[in-house]
Amino acid sequence: MATTPEHAARISRLQQARPEVVMHGLREEPRGWLAWLTTTDHKRIGIMYLFATFLFFILGGVEALLIRLQLAVPDGTLVTPETYNGLVSMHGTTMIFLFVVPVWAGFANYFVPLMIGARDMAFPRLNALSFWLLAFGGIAFYGSLFFEPPGAGWTSYAPLSDDAYLPGGGVDAWIFLIHLTGLSSLVGAINFIATIHNMRARGMGWGRMPLFVWSILTYSYLLVAALPAIAAAVTMLLTDRHFGTDFFDANGGGDPMLWQHLFWFFGHPEVYIMILPAFGIISEILPVFARKPIFGYKAIAAATVAIAFLGLLVWAHHMFTTPTSTVVLVFFMMSSFLIAVPTGIKIFNWIATLWRGSIMMKTPLYFAAALPALFVIGGISGVILAVFPVDWQLHDTYFVVAHIHYVLFGGSVFGIFAGLYYWFPKMSGRMLSEGLGKASFWVMFVGFNLTFLVQHSAGLSGMPRRIYDYPESAGWWGFNLASTIGSFLLGIGVMMSVVNVIVSIKKGQKAGNDPWKGNTLEWFTQSPPPENNFDVVPRVRSVEPMKDIRREVMKGAEPAGTVAQPVASGT
Amino acid sequence: MGRLLRKRPALGMALLSGVSTAVGIVIVLAIDWFPVQASTASPQIDTLWDVLMIASVPVFVLVMAVALYSVFAFRAEPGDLSDGEPIHGNTRLEVIWVTIPFIMVSALAVYGWIVLDDIEAKQTDPLIVNVTGQQFAWRFDYPDEGKVKSTELVLPEDRDVEFRVNTDDVLHDFWVPEFRLKTDAVPGLTTKIRLKPSRIGEYDVVCAELCGLGHATMRSAVRVVTPEDFDAWIAKEQQSETDGGAAAAGGDEAAAGKQLFTETGCNACHTLADAESASAIGPGLDELSADAEKYGEQNDQSPEEYVKTSITEPDAFLVPDFNAGIMPADYAEQLSPEELDTLVKYLLSVSGEEKP
Repeated sequence: MATTPEHAARISRLQQARPEVVMHGLREEPRGWLAWLTTTDHKRIGIMYLFATFLFFILGGVEALLIRLQLAVPDGTLVTPETYNGLVSMHGTTMIFLFVVPVWAGFANYFVPLMIGARDMAFPRLNALSFWLLAFGGIAFYGSLFFEPPGAGWTSYAPLSDDAYLPGGGVDAWIFLIHLTGLSSLVGAINFIATIHNMRARGMGWGRMPLFVWSILTYSYLLVAALPAIAAAVTMLLTDRHFGTDFFDANGGGDPMLWQHLFWFFGHPEVYIMILPAFGIISEILPVFARKPIFGYKAIAAATVAIAFLGLLVWAHHMFTTPTSTVVLVFFMMSSFLIAVPTGIKIFNWIATLWRGSIMMKTPLYFAAALPALFVIGGISGVILAVFPVDWQLHDTYFVVAHIHYVLFGGSVFGIFAGLYYWFPKMSGRMLSEGLGKASFWVMFVGFNLTFLVQHSAGLSGMPRRIYDYPESAGWWGFNLASTIGSFLLGIGVMMSVVNVIVSIKKGQKAGNDPWKGNTLEWFTQSPPPENNFDVVPRVRSVEPMKDIRREVMKGAEPAGTVAQPVASGT
Repeated sequence: MGRLLRKRPALGMALLSGVSTAVGIVIVLAIDWFPVQASTASPQIDTLWDVLMIASVPVFVLVMAVALYSVFAFRAEPGDLSDGEPIHGNTRLEVIWVTIPFIMVSALAVYGWIVLDDIEAKQTDPLIVNVTGQQFAWRFDYPDEGKVKSTELVLPEDRDVEFRVNTDDVLHDFWVPEFRLKTDAVPGLTTKIRLKPSRIGEYDVVCAELCGLGHATMRSAVRVVTPEDFDAWIAKEQQSETDGGAAAAGGDEAAAGKQLFTETGCNACHTLADAESASAIGPGLDELSADAEKYGEQNDQSPEEYVKTSITEPDAFLVPDFNAGIMPADYAEQLSPEELDTLVKYLLSVSGEEKP
């Protein structure tokens, strides 16, 4: 509000009047871009998270396509080995630290308070801090493009990452990225934990909490448990590089294996940090679109916690080819096997949820139903990799590349797209185009499988990962060409969804409050929700509060504790 | 089938899954996944793989069958707003799908452990081979066979071999896909790996751990030969090592220089027509004599001094378009002063020649 003469006069009159009324800490609401820079509203922060992480997703995707172009033919010469190692390192780092992990913070920021019937996160300013730490982490990392990108892969194994071998600043930029995004995730996680423990609606006991919220709670605890290890490791690497310490340098009495233990003590839980929220989204979407309660709510919630616990005990299965005593490795083989059990529980419960449903074939369901099918491939290849005699052949080959992408793309990214199509109407008030959405799904699905299925075979026949070229005599040309063609299809599929978002945000059909007949409280409020989320928070009586409310509305009775928001009749 | 699926979906599904599983198993067993089997561990590991595939197919088929069947059979008609069956769960089913996978993975773990034990079993009188990785080449030496040194790995058929793997610089990974075994080379540690070659032929040692710019080209030849050929090769190598010393002292410096060039791993990064290397990670050396004159003059060095400094202190002067920190800086320790002189002379003598 600009100060007009009448306004000023009114203020001076008010000041002369008695008793004097003074308001402390009341600031004018900024507008335009300043409103975004200064916001502490969980929904705006959520949108900024989603926007920034999708931007990084596209950057990481471009890097992936350059890698695929280089490998499309034997003895490729599109990029130099230096550029190639930079691309490999940046692609992996971007997708993991700047896309999949923080995109969940984005969805969780927007939807956890809405789903539990809260009006904001527990610590709104801390919440803004987590976003800005992430943004600056990304900027610090991509700044390395202007001098020298890191070249030691997303795992930055010592001693290759030490200053003797990579003296340029790229690895330092990587270290700062880990620290900044790590802090961002850490304060974010503490915020989610505080919010979920303390701010749930009346009646929402642990047994009535949405499964996505369960997964975010587990994600947060895992972050708190795992991040300190990597923070310590990268600090040691930084002092090794610049201050003469020898933590990872065997010549000075250090041990390169220490890096691997610290890295994977973080790195394996990180895998579950990236996949559990996708499992959570699927557990929300499948019952809504099958119009059927989730099958085995307690089993899925318990499996989430079990996976997280076991996930902290399997890290050395990434180190089966290192000089480590056999007994230790056998322990890690067993614990890795055990994880298959709770993961299986989830998959079986999801497909049982679809069974005898009344399934609405909408785009979110396409992505959500594809996830178990693709993830089961990644899960099976994971079990195979855990059998450590077989791992001797498969370790560090394209089989591992295929495995990680079935888990992270077929699992996490399909889950992210399911969430995007499911929640876009709530965030924007408009529907995404169904036609374009389904087309995007099919192009992505075909492209994804074409890219990564053949990489299993490439690995089995002896193609190591992270190689910049290969001779024609190796016989991998066919696999690689198919993979490259698939990757471009996949890229086109992703861009179709991006176009869908850009077009629909202005021109999409109006969504109303509850276009899917959802089960959880975010569908109770308007689309997009007002700043305070809810005028009145209903009392929760089951896992599906919205179903209860719709039932009472059908009966003609005013649902208890609700007045303000009308319930949409659906589409 | 269609009628059965509509009337008794569970039974129809079971039948369909059974048939798909059988077909799937036939397919996964028919595919030739791996390179040839060249060690006694290979058949064991391949069998383990087959068992894993057989166990995986039914799980995959079951999930796909139920998911696909559901989205086709239980699809709501447009305008149908009814709910699905209000089933909240089934404890007996939960118990079943916890127990069966648990038994499956436990059995596989035990089987995996047995295979592991078998492969790692103690050997009698193994041939010891020291393997050393460096950016970006492998070196092999045979401590019990007259300390023969070689850049190609030659192994006798049907004799136990114990590899002791080390590295001069960063992590590498010693892998022969046909042997099915790989192990990391870790600075400061010696990794042991045992195997018995079982098939005569030529294969590649591959580096499987990202070790820098030349990672993709870090390959060496492996030859598995008959025991007689192996003894002959050892004898010949011992002879040529004495000859090599004599040649360096006496006359054939070019041959000694070329041998140093490949043995030290220079060929992994530098193009040099005379030594048949064509890698482009470091500057090409075919024009070295002209370059050495030009850059030497810039640095007030003779061409010989320039080449020597470039080998021992690679970052002292950088050829345009190439960066610091890429070439290992420890050649002054790896090579004796005489070897260094031989290498420098060799490089200056073969570069800049007219090539047919």
